[in-house]
Amino acid sequence: MGKPTKVSNQIRRLRFEHGEMTQAELAQRIGVTRQTIIAIEQGRYSPSLEMAFQIANAFDVTLDEVFRYESAEGGTR
Amino acid sequence: MSNEEKGQWVYLVAFGVAYGAYFVITLGQLGQAAPADIDYVPTMLWSIGIGIALAIVGRIVVEIVSRVSGEIEGHDEGPVADVRDRDIGRFGEYVAGTVLGVGMVVPFVLTLAEFDYFWIANAMYLVFGVSAAVGAVVKVVAYRRGF
Repeated sequence: MGKPTKVSNQIRRLRFEHGEMTQAELAQRIGVTRQTIIAIEQGRYSPSLEMAFQIANAFDVTLDEVFRYESAEGGTR
Repeated sequence: MSNEEKGQWVYLVAFGVAYGAYFVITLGQLGQAAPADIDYVPTMLWSIGIGIALAIVGRIVVEIVSRVSGEIEGHDEGPVADVRDRDIGRFGEYVAGTVLGVGMVVPFVLTLAEFDYFWIANAMYLVFGVSAAVGAVVKVVAYRRGF
């Protein structure tokens, strides 16, 4: 359905680990629309570096605990 | 669906209705009269005006309905537009601008070839409309399929 992006994320899992935080709550914390959180979760939108840090801060984890980049060789970094 | 995406749908419908009506009314007369004899200017101006008015009113209705339904359902949709909306907006405008630039070659050539004003004005209106519609479609696709 969505355009595949090479950036995968753990936002859905992290939301549930943080008191089942809703997409709307996360959106409110980082100042974006709920649709943008949905698009990022589904891999339809790669957030800017600043927004990626904001998301990581919202979960109090490091950036690479939220986002992974699939390299051309097929591995993740 | 974000308000910005709804706004693009509103724009597409508004343009489709306004230009469709103009096309049927004015270009429908081509078989009965010479282009120079067709009084297309008032119809074109009304079509442009109605298209703009429909887009503005439609957008206002979308915003109101979205806010009211958000309050009824008890969720805050957050900001009206964010960085993703702006990214998609810029991308759509870039594509629309390219289509406009290339498309304007048509009325330019018609002018150099000294075609009737009727054809030049209609070619310009069509290119403006198509470029804006392409921009709106690109934005909708970007919202739907990813960006």
